[in-house]
Amino acid sequence: MTSTPSTTVRAQRWLRENLFSSPANAATSLLLLALAIWLGSKFFNWAVLNAIWGQAPVTTCNALAGQGACWAVVADKWRQMLFGIYPRDEQWRPMLAVVLFCAVLVLSALRWFWHSRRLAVLWVGGSAVCAWLMAGGLGLASVPTSLWGGLPITLMLAVYGTLLAFPLGIALALGRRSHMPIVRAVSVVYIELVRGVPLVTVLFMASIMFALFMPEGISIDKLLRAQIAIILFNAAYIAEVVRAGLQALPRGQIEAAEALGLGYWQMHRLVVLPQALKVTIPAQVNSFIDNFKDTSLVIIVSIFDFLYAVKQAVVSDLDWRHFFVEGYLFAMAVYWIFCFAMSRYSQWLEKHLSRELRS
Amino acid sequence: MTSTKASAVAPVPSAEAGDTIISIRGLNKWFGKYQALRDISLDVRRGERIVICGPSGSGKSTLIRCLNRLEAHQSGSVEVDGVELNDSLKHIGAVRSEVGMVFQHFNLFPHLTVLENCVLAPIWVKKQPRAEAEATARRFLERVHIGDQAAKYPGQLSGGQQQRVAIARALCMSPRIMLFDEPTSALDPEMVKEVLDTMIALARDGMTMLCVTHEMGFARAVADRVIFMDRGEIVEQAPPNEFFAHPKSERTRRFLDQILDR
Repeated sequence: MTSTPSTTVRAQRWLRENLFSSPANAATSLLLLALAIWLGSKFFNWAVLNAIWGQAPVTTCNALAGQGACWAVVADKWRQMLFGIYPRDEQWRPMLAVVLFCAVLVLSALRWFWHSRRLAVLWVGGSAVCAWLMAGGLGLASVPTSLWGGLPITLMLAVYGTLLAFPLGIALALGRRSHMPIVRAVSVVYIELVRGVPLVTVLFMASIMFALFMPEGISIDKLLRAQIAIILFNAAYIAEVVRAGLQALPRGQIEAAEALGLGYWQMHRLVVLPQALKVTIPAQVNSFIDNFKDTSLVIIVSIFDFLYAVKQAVVSDLDWRHFFVEGYLFAMAVYWIFCFAMSRYSQWLEKHLSRELRS
Repeated sequence: MTSTKASAVAPVPSAEAGDTIISIRGLNKWFGKYQALRDISLDVRRGERIVICGPSGSGKSTLIRCLNRLEAHQSGSVEVDGVELNDSLKHIGAVRSEVGMVFQHFNLFPHLTVLENCVLAPIWVKKQPRAEAEATARRFLERVHIGDQAAKYPGQLSGGQQQRVAIARALCMSPRIMLFDEPTSALDPEMVKEVLDTMIALARDGMTMLCVTHEMGFARAVADRVIFMDRGEIVEQAPPNEFFAHPKSERTRRFLDQILDR
């Protein structure tokens, strides 16, 4: 590492001004630094140096007496953690489905796929194959959705919960700005009603109360009901983010489109939304990350998402039940990988699109 | 404001006296309690070039924005090429496809290239095949001397270039009337001339033009009539020579003194 004198001087000055400006500040800084080093080294010792990696019998882990992490629990239980109660012999299917689904996500992030027909083929095809792998039929043993669990559930609820909420959210945002009083009223009431209640209550409604309203003999799959509830819930939030984007658009853009004779829908499709949605990318990714993590709430209506599968895999085993911390850390790592990837992608997307929007 | 001396161009011959293409009768327009237009009546002949000037807030922009219903009027009537402007979307659409507009701040679509800006409305509104629309667009871009920039985004062009693209974009709809709302006011002085030259060329081709502008050199060169507005009223209108040499009203004289620096 080489550093020019000026950066060294600057660093020194920054330290002096921000961390050591008075004896009390200096003492606080040193204390916090010591604390951070102490905690960091303890965690590092526990998680890495003293840890047991790979397969190991539970007795070896018990012998550590908490001095090191027992990653053997993940090595032993990872299938249950990822796929929950899905029949063990068929677990290659959710595994393949998750890989395929992630491939669809990555592919649709690429510029080449940004054409409506290519995206439609990719998503309809990818979703159909994933659904077939998960549910079975056509040569595969059928697995009811009540046995689905783990990461596929989390990914499905989060991704479709955002993707399908988008058109509805855009419609609500446009409705809220509409000149037609009824359309505006319906949009405002929907958005304010849904935003005013917690997701948990919406899930309860979908899972328990909905069945009471349906005629005898007609039932909709519980997972599907939860999925629809999440879509309807997210749409209200997306609507407000989109509305912010619409308001950010200069009035002159609309006037120019109107003066050229574009109708309402043409104007919104070709001029307004492409610009408005671009400026909302950071906010949209923010709410997508939120949605992704909020899907863990579906456990209250007995749908077994990834987080619950991890917990259940560890605590249901009498031998391994003490090593739930390692299990949760594993879950944390998986959530973090997905969220971090999304955050990086959104940064790339903003930069990429802003090249076109320099004006 | 750039001065009159900027464009010393030979006057464009007067338009042939055509039939009436725009007819305004007793037009009133309010923004809330504020009355922006008071009892305006005006006839514009086909091929006529009109310059509208006046102090800021005099209603001149509002007037031309009423001609393509960017603003809705509350009373009186506006008829453009035989079509009465009212709440009917069909009428509004018919008028808008005949009336091109150029704005002070260009209002190009920043997410589309120059060419895409120009073909958007012909393809979606006039249902032209893309190839035909692109050929037309390239022709007009050539005409405003910007053909080599077709693949660029508006943000990559100078203000003067952007305004010329905006003119080409409006022309691509083959309008019969062009409205200019202070087209040079947001430009750096050295770019004013390139835009005015484009507008003068358009005037030579016989386009019906209504220009809100303070470019009095432009008014002298191409206008058949100069209209002076103040406080929402048409105070005075006359051919440019008469208008500049013998303004009738005191308000016009004061305005001209300020703007012409004499």
